[in-house]
Amino acid sequence: MEFDERAPIYRQIMDLIKRRIAVGELKVGQQLPSVRDLGQQVVVNPNTVQKAYLELEREGYVATQRGMGTFVSGDRGTVDVLRQGLARDIVATYVTGMRSLGYGPEEITTMAAETARKETK
Amino acid sequence: MSMLVQISNLTKRYITTTALSNVTLEVPEGHIMGLLGPNGSGKTTLMKIVAGLVSPTSGSVLVDEMTPGVGTKARVSFLPDVNHLDRWMSVGEAGDFYADFYLDFDQKRFEELLAIMRLTAGQKIGSLSRGMVEKVRLSLVFSRRARLYVLDEPFGGLDPLARSQVLDALVANFRSDSSMMLSTQMVAEVERFFDDVVFLDNGRVILAGDAEDLRTQRGTSIEDIYREVYGHVEAR
Repeated sequence: MEFDERAPIYRQIMDLIKRRIAVGELKVGQQLPSVRDLGQQVVVNPNTVQKAYLELEREGYVATQRGMGTFVSGDRGTVDVLRQGLARDIVATYVTGMRSLGYGPEEITTMAAETARKETK
Repeated sequence: MSMLVQISNLTKRYITTTALSNVTLEVPEGHIMGLLGPNGSGKTTLMKIVAGLVSPTSGSVLVDEMTPGVGTKARVSFLPDVNHLDRWMSVGEAGDFYADFYLDFDQKRFEELLAIMRLTAGQKIGSLSRGMVEKVRLSLVFSRRARLYVLDEPFGGLDPLARSQVLDALVANFRSDSSMMLSTQMVAEVERFFDDVVFLDNGRVILAGDAEDLRTQRGTSIEDIYREVYGHVEAR
């Protein structure tokens, strides 16, 4: 996997897992890959994966059961919050991009709506 | 956390030059440390001292709580920066040679690594390209169940594809009860594996720390920090 090494890698692994939870690839109660396996999958130091898991645990998205592994915790509500957070990030990027091109709020919303309609047809 | 390598106030002087000056560092068990710095900054001397091949002028060095010597050589798997294999040997014979020398050599793992690196036991060292010899050397070094791996420029002669094969093998084989010290000029390709980094210049430690903390503090990659730190060196 490609990382942006200008930012801490454990943060990017956290984002990757949050994203998987938000889109339902990882469900509440499901076990996360072991630190070793994920380290091998994305080819990073397993200690970095460990750090990402610890931080995710601190934020309440996962829970570690001794000797069992790490599991997605929370409920439907936390998944929605995660999903909305990701959506807000995407919208913010879009809006910033449109503003830099000189578009105002009206056009920003209209163009988004038009594109959305076209895509669903 | 137990420390596999503990170095304090290490100085190494040769007759006319000082290779290392007052170096203090620690490598915790389970960590990968990157040793960074331009040519002549002292990386190779430091690694040779840890591997027990060069003795310090002053200061203290402990590897797995022992002074480097016969005892630590059995636990330290060292990759020197120059080819140490004889040309007449086959890849398999090089493995036998290692198996005779080192009790921790794992023949099965050696065969697995050869497969990953796309090498076969019958190939003669003398007939291999520089990159392939490098892959044989790395396979040998990683086939030891060592406590500490000391790798001097492990990616030197490798093309990008071979580099990623070696990195995959490195991650797959790294055990949490071992540690690694490695020097490299390929900072961008390897930095995501470092727990800790040490920047050397003229035999001194000029910057050291947790790789992720450094990224957070400076808002940039280890490679960019390298450029900042040594910018003045390249300019002179």
